[in-house]
Amino acid sequence: MEKQEYTITLYTENSIGMIGRISTIFSRRKINIESLNTSPSEVEGIHRFTIVISESEEVVRKLCRQIEKQVEVLKAYYNTNDELVWQEQALYKVPADVIAEKAYVERLLRQYGASAVVIRNDYIVFETAGHREEIDRLTAELTKYNLIEFVRGARIAIIKESAGFHQKLKEFEQQEPSPDVVENEFLDQQDEVFTM
Amino acid sequence: MSTLEKTQLEKETVTTTQLSGSQAVLEALLQEGVDTIFGYPGGAIMPIYDALYDYNEKLKHILVRHEQGGIHAAQGYARTSGKVGVAFATSGPGATNLVTGLADAMIDSNPIVCVTGQVFAALLGTDAFQETDVINITTPVTKWNYQVTDANEIPEVMAKAFYIARTGRPGPVLVDITKNAQLQLFDFLGYSKCNHIRSYRPKPVVRNEYITQAAEVINQAKKPFVLFGQGVILGKAEAEFKAFIEKGGFPAAWTVMGLSALETEHPLNVGMLGMHGNYAPNVMTNECDVLIAIGMRFDDRVTGRLDKYAKQAKIVHLDIDPAEIDKNVKTAVPVWGDCKETLPALTALLQQNDHSAWVAEFRELEKEEIKEVIQDELNPTTDIMTMGEVLKTLNELTNGDAIIVTDVGQHQMVTCRYAKFNSSRSNVTSGGLGTMGFGLPAAIGAWYGAPHRDVVAIIGDGGIQMTIQELGTIMQFGAKVKILILNNEFLGMVRQWQQLFHQKRYSFVDITSPDFVAVAKGYYIDGNKISERKDLKTALKTMLDHDGAYLLEVMVGKENNVFPMVAQGTSVSEIRLK
Repeated sequence: MEKQEYTITLYTENSIGMIGRISTIFSRRKINIESLNTSPSEVEGIHRFTIVISESEEVVRKLCRQIEKQVEVLKAYYNTNDELVWQEQALYKVPADVIAEKAYVERLLRQYGASAVVIRNDYIVFETAGHREEIDRLTAELTKYNLIEFVRGARIAIIKESAGFHQKLKEFEQQEPSPDVVENEFLDQQDEVFTM
Repeated sequence: MSTLEKTQLEKETVTTTQLSGSQAVLEALLQEGVDTIFGYPGGAIMPIYDALYDYNEKLKHILVRHEQGGIHAAQGYARTSGKVGVAFATSGPGATNLVTGLADAMIDSNPIVCVTGQVFAALLGTDAFQETDVINITTPVTKWNYQVTDANEIPEVMAKAFYIARTGRPGPVLVDITKNAQLQLFDFLGYSKCNHIRSYRPKPVVRNEYITQAAEVINQAKKPFVLFGQGVILGKAEAEFKAFIEKGGFPAAWTVMGLSALETEHPLNVGMLGMHGNYAPNVMTNECDVLIAIGMRFDDRVTGRLDKYAKQAKIVHLDIDPAEIDKNVKTAVPVWGDCKETLPALTALLQQNDHSAWVAEFRELEKEEIKEVIQDELNPTTDIMTMGEVLKTLNELTNGDAIIVTDVGQHQMVTCRYAKFNSSRSNVTSGGLGTMGFGLPAAIGAWYGAPHRDVVAIIGDGGIQMTIQELGTIMQFGAKVKILILNNEFLGMVRQWQQLFHQKRYSFVDITSPDFVAVAKGYYIDGNKISERKDLKTALKTMLDHDGAYLLEVMVGKENNVFPMVAQGTSVSEIRLK
């Protein structure tokens, strides 16, 4: 099965050690986490993890089930990029004289929607947000002009189809378990073996 | 009068409901119905042991000789009693010694609560004496763990620990309590058991459409075949399971962990699955048209080569853990849920059926296995004793009523293959992790979990030497465990593999043993050693009749192999008879 980029969105209790618990599920299977963001969610007291990995859907599905076994995890979703609105943020520190002297660089920054965060005599810090490829292209361009420092943040993503976690949480707070267990899409499909 | 009130009256100093954290831990154990603790004291857990001094009449504490022995004993207790096993250990080395047992309990789904002491909260992270990051060490081998630094948390955390350990797919839980929290006095507001955690779904909801689909698939089957695992035992669904296979007339084979859920002599019991399982169930896995897997997880030792495993069959998988469905083997119909609920629902939709011609095909293959393997194993024609004949003779004496505990290796496979069982919760073994050294301490726990039954621990000459110190526990507390050492003077299973797959290059498998009978005698435990067939029955009978623990060492063939065998990387249908 083809590997592709998947974004895993987790809703968890906000308890100590969650990052460790989650990350061992990946590291145990020698799967590299490309990006990991933790943040509050739309629901007070519920934490949201956004994790990006490149794997086949089969592996991602199994990972999500293993993650959901963790006592403090409420729900794990996984999505492909076209099911998401997503952004990554980047900061660039560029020498001030390059900006002053080279009009091209200024044009470049405008073109990528970068805006100045700090302006000093010696350097200027720009920030931009967008998809990975855009950030990578800008980084490659700026590297030619004495880019001093660069950092990119973890992906944050909104699931297009999601109606938020409020409704789901009500189900979780009830004492009977949620009927939302997975699909039966494999009826009579016996031709492939999956191992993880 | 409640225990709490008694405690207060006895102390007569406390008029409010103030308790120490340590007392709260023990109150929690009483409220959860715990009667036995396996543990070992040390610096960081001393306040709990101090409190235990006053609870001695209500909570039996078994002082083991090593923390690994403590947790294996708790596992044995859990397996025979069906209750949560409890182990205590101190911080640092005490806690790290639990890790093997936690991993074993995790993979075999044993309900265990471990309480470990920890250094004062103020010292956390300072490399204090006997400080170890127990929470992070045990995270991958526990169902849940938690570090308590404030006594006020203790009632709620203990309630959660027991709830998580015993519900859904059971597993081990570890509660690490800093010394200050153990000592701290706090207002104890009473103990209430936990029955809901927002983020935790112990059981998936049973979905009727899957039950209906499963019933349709099963009713149309010409060659249905049932595989069952420990889920049937953990779900306390032995009766429901039997009703299911009897109504459908399905042949049923078991995994090592499912052993004893169905009595050996049941006409539909067609034997053991997997690497050293029986011939018929392995071959028929690739012949059946519908494979019904109940409370088992398609371990690689059961499936052999996955891409040649039951490809012709529609697979119906009943399991309480959604992560097990489609993990190793693709399912046609997933039946989520507790088999205590799903099996009766499914049975109700079954047509009464009789597949006796199909079952007879299993019996035909069984004849081949009897001819090629079992006959010689149980009735050897040479003077050399086999493990199989020891089991046969033991069966004649116990009549299948004993609890049989094993260690790991050849003797374990032979025992699972040949031991006879009449009732559930009678087989205790380390299935998933394959922990050598499990047998002796697990047998001690198994006896405390079912003190009125005979407990026979069958152990190899290698495994016994890993945890032999637990003879001291037997000596001190009098567990009436019968220890049957099958001594082949080798690490037999590894030797068998070296013979078959490494050109007989025997690399560090010849293990010498002490005089086990003398060692037992040193612990004031009676024993005997035999090496001739004529003494076997009498020696076994003496062991079983002895009132108290007993050690019997039986010398068996040095280079006997366990067959049949599904070699690693081959298909179950390529099972070798020799």
